Order: sequence, then C-alpha cells, then structure tokens
Amino acid sequence: MLESLPKHTNPEEPSKELVPVGLNSATEWRKDRLYVALFLGPSLLILSVFVFWPMLKTMYLSLFLTDNFGHASVFVGFSNYLNLFKNPAYLSSLGATFVYVIAVSILTIILGMVLAVVAQQHLKGIRFFRTLFSSTMGISVSVAAIFWLFAFNPSVGVFAQISQALHLPEINWLADPHFALLAIIMTTVWMNLGFTFLILFGALQQLPSSLFEAAEIAGVSKTAQFFKISLPLISPTLFFVLIVTLIEAFKSFGLIDLMTVGGPNNATNLLVYRVYQDAFLNGNYGLASTESVILTAIIAAITLIQFKLLGKRVSY
Amino acid sequence: MEMNRPVTSETNHGNLKRWGQYALLLVLTVIVLGPFLLGLWTSVMPTAEISKGALWSTHISLDNYITAITTTPILRYLLNSLVISTVTMLFQVLLCSMSAYAFVFLKFRYRKQLFMVFLITMMLPFEAEVIPNFSTVRNMGLLNHYAAMIIPFLTAAFGTFMLRQTFMQMPVELKEAADIEGLSHWQFYSQLAVPYAKISLMTLAAYSFLSSWNQYLWPMLTTFSDNFRPVQDGLRQLQGQESFNNWGMIQASAAIVVIPTLIILFIGQHYFKAGLNEGAVK
Repeated sequence: MLESLPKHTNPEEPSKELVPVGLNSATEWRKDRLYVALFLGPSLLILSVFVFWPMLKTMYLSLFLTDNFGHASVFVGFSNYLNLFKNPAYLSSLGATFVYVIAVSILTIILGMVLAVVAQQHLKGIRFFRTLFSSTMGISVSVAAIFWLFAFNPSVGVFAQISQALHLPEINWLADPHFALLAIIMTTVWMNLGFTFLILFGALQQLPSSLFEAAEIAGVSKTAQFFKISLPLISPTLFFVLIVTLIEAFKSFGLIDLMTVGGPNNATNLLVYRVYQDAFLNGNYGLASTESVILTAIIAAITLIQFKLLGKRVSY
Repeated sequence: MEMNRPVTSETNHGNLKRWGQYALLLVLTVIVLGPFLLGLWTSVMPTAEISKGALWSTHISLDNYITAITTTPILRYLLNSLVISTVTMLFQVLLCSMSAYAFVFLKFRYRKQLFMVFLITMMLPFEAEVIPNFSTVRNMGLLNHYAAMIIPFLTAAFGTFMLRQTFMQMPVELKEAADIEGLSHWQFYSQLAVPYAKISLMTLAAYSFLSSWNQYLWPMLTTFSDNFRPVQDGLRQLQGQESFNNWGMIQASAAIVVIPTLIILFIGQHYFKAGLNEGAVK
C-alpha cells in the first residue's frame, strides 16, 4: 500500500490545482493519492515504527532465549510461555494484578459515583466543590506518590498518627506484604477519582429532568430514582469508565516503582513492573517479551469487548 | 448518598438539611483533597518539626520552596517537561487531525482496512513494547535527548479516532459546496475542517499534553541526565537522593510540579468537560 504512494510530495503543489467539477471517480481517486500520502503518511510511519514493528519483534523475541544485548539466540518455541505459567512467582504476580485491577475498578466507580451524585445537588457554591472533586485529575503519578508516601510513613504519616491516637495496632503499610497492595490500590483509586467523577457527573447532568419530575409526582423515592432511572440510563458511560479504568490499571507502573519497588516480598510486583525488572534489571529480554505478549493479550481482549459493545457507535 | 434518603421533616428543617448537605460536601472534599492538602501544609513547615510528627508549626515559611529551587534542578525538570509536552501536543493535534481527515474525506483503496489497522494500535499497550522501542531509539542515537521522549508519540490512534468521529459529523453539504468552489483538500482541511473541530482539537490537546506530562516509564528508561529529565522522573531522583528524609523540601518540589498543572486544568476544564462528554459514550 505505502510503496504505491508517491514518495516526495510537496504540500504546496496540489493545493494550487483546482479540482474540476464533476470529474469521474477514477481520476478523483488518483488525485487523492498525493493527499493520502501527505495526510496519512506521517502517522502511518510513526505507528509502524513504534507500535507495529515493536509488537511483531516482541512476539518474535518471546519465542527465543536472548543474549545480553537482547538479540535472539536460541529458538525455544513456546517454552517461555509454558515456563511462565509454571512459575509460582509469575502466577502470584498475575493474581496480584487481577486483585489490584478489580479492586481499583470497583472502588473507583463506586466512589466516583458517590461524588457525582452528591455534586448534583443544587446548592450555593456547588460549582466550587465540583472543581475540587475533579482536581485529582491534575495530579501526576510522582506527585501522588510523594503525598501518599508521606501519609503512609510509619513514623510521621497521618495513618500512623491516627492509629496511635486511637490505640489501634500500627500498620507499616508499605513494608507489610499484607497491606502494601492495599496501599497501592488506595493511591490509584485516589488518582482515578477526578477523571471518573467528571465523566459520571457529566452523564448524570445530561439525563432529562422531566423523567425525575414524573417520578417525583408518582412518589418514587430518591433512592429508587437513582437505582431504577439514573443507573440504567448511564450504564453505557459506566461501561466506558470501567474499560478505561481496567486498561489503565493493567498498565500501572509508576506508583509501584515509586512506593514499593515491587515489594515487600513481591506483593506488589504487578505485570508491567515484572516486565521492567526482567528486561532492564535482569537482562532477560526473551522472558520479558513473553510477559509483554501476555499483557498485550489481556489488554487487547478487554479493548475488543469494548469495540464489540460500542459496535453501533464505531461506524465505518 | 445521604441526600438520597427521603428526609421526612424536610419542610420543617430545610435549613438543617442544607447544613447537612454542606457538611457532607465538606467531609468528601477533605477525603478527596486530604493527601494533597496534607502535602501542601507540610511543604511550608520546617522539616525538623515534620520529622517529629508535628502537624502544627508556628514557623510557617516558604523556606522549603527556596531550598528546592536553589539546591535541586526542579525548575530545569519543569522546563524539560514543558518542552516535551508542548511539542508532543502540537504534533499530535496536527498529525491526528490530518489522518482523521484522510479517513473521512479522502477516497483511497483499503481505507476501511487501514482504519482497522489504526483501531488495532489502540489495543497495543506501549508498556508492552518498551524493549524493542528502547533498541530503536538507541540505534537512532536518540537516547538521553528530548527526541526520544517526543518522536514515538508524534501521533496517536486514539486522537485520530476521536477526530474522525467529529469530522464525520460535518454536514455533507459543506464538502459539496467546497468542491463546487474548487477548494483543494488542504484548503478545506485548514479553512473549514479544523475550525469546525475546534472543541475536539482542544480536548485532544489537553489530553495529549497531560499524558505526555504524566509519562513515567519511558523517560525513566531513555534519560540519564538532568538536562533532559522530565519532572516525573525528576521527582523520583529527588526522592531517592540524600534529601530522602527532607520531607519539607520534597513536598515543596511536589507542590511546584502540581500547581501549574492544576491551574491549566482549571482553566481548560470547560473544554475538557465538553470534549470528554463528546468522546464518552452517552
């Protein structure tokens, strides 16, 4: 496809030509070729070099043992995959990732929904609160990690101080294998809240008020209105938020690197972090490629479900 | 969801209910902004007192900010991020709008198939492709340079997809009239399509700026010096160095990074909201 396109196109040249009215489609198609090269060429080139080629290369490497430079050395077929699925450390990573992803998605949506519903109220100054609720959207991963590292700090952190004041058992959040993943989950949910709130709030705002007026007259309680009217009507938006949150959670890396470095005891060694460790710290590129392919398969499957269910909106 | 419960004495205690609503809003605000406010508050406290676990101090000052600015490259990190994110944003808006235009207004063979190819790229996470991409930028000699953090993100399938949806909503008559007037594709693109898609373009701009700003793994792999290091990786450096226990200064650095983003976000919120609702499923 690309080879058939003219190589050197001058953006100025074609624009000076006037396209005659009513020309037949064959010439029109040929005319458009220059523009196809100009308009589509750059994007196609970038995507080929940095998305398609690396994916093929990763799949290829996943079938090999690699040397220290990351070059394929011995073809091993699918044994990298088989070994991974027999490796308890990898399986526990996979398990931790699923726990993390599901907990993050559910908590993000529930809390985002609470904020969105509360922000619906007609009160003086409500706009100010809406802005505050959406503000975590502007907080990047390193900044969030610093705030929460401080909060979780065993000697000066706010959690330690609260449990001290209430004479509760003290938890060393990030150093305790039972709590480290929970700490990462809490931080991620907090980071997600602003975006989720904004989307869910927007969806609730767009529901026709006549529906609720009618329900009010019919004596339907506010709670029933929420569960019977609002929730079903915004379900496509909820689904959209769910997919985005799931995919982002599967790709989590920054918080782990900043807060726990995968520990303690691999409790927070999620999929992307493991890829990073195996490739860039252990130099095992073949194995890391295999892990990358598995990660891609999971994310591609979720995206496919999204496309399927969006089917009608994705028109060709 | 307190206010969803039917309040029986609503008429008698309207005021009380309103106070309850405000109290609820306040509690939620404290929960949502808690870690942020705590960080901001510590950033103006002396580290010696923070280390003792004090939550209150009489020595409130901007000393931590001065220390951060004078003894760490935090401003350089900010500048690096600003350069990387701005250039990435400009190119993404340009290249995504051009490829979206091609998919809507240009006729060519395999158009559907090629669009499918774009959709497929949305399924492939960059995080899973860092190994070959690292070799690619190393072979291109781009390691430890702005280019390594910009070139792979010059375009985005998501942006193309979003703008394609917008262009498809343009009235067909507009294109027909332009054809009769003899407007070339470039003229139609720059004079009519781009202005029409203004809100979507602003949304994409905000989105691409923020995602570039928030990049973490890739800059960490490809940058080794403070001259090119963006803020996310920069904060990681500060946190890992001798200043590890200097909480006041670390919090001040975090605040220096977060305040500009929040300002941009609040200014751009109007566009962002409009665009998000357009892009999200209704």
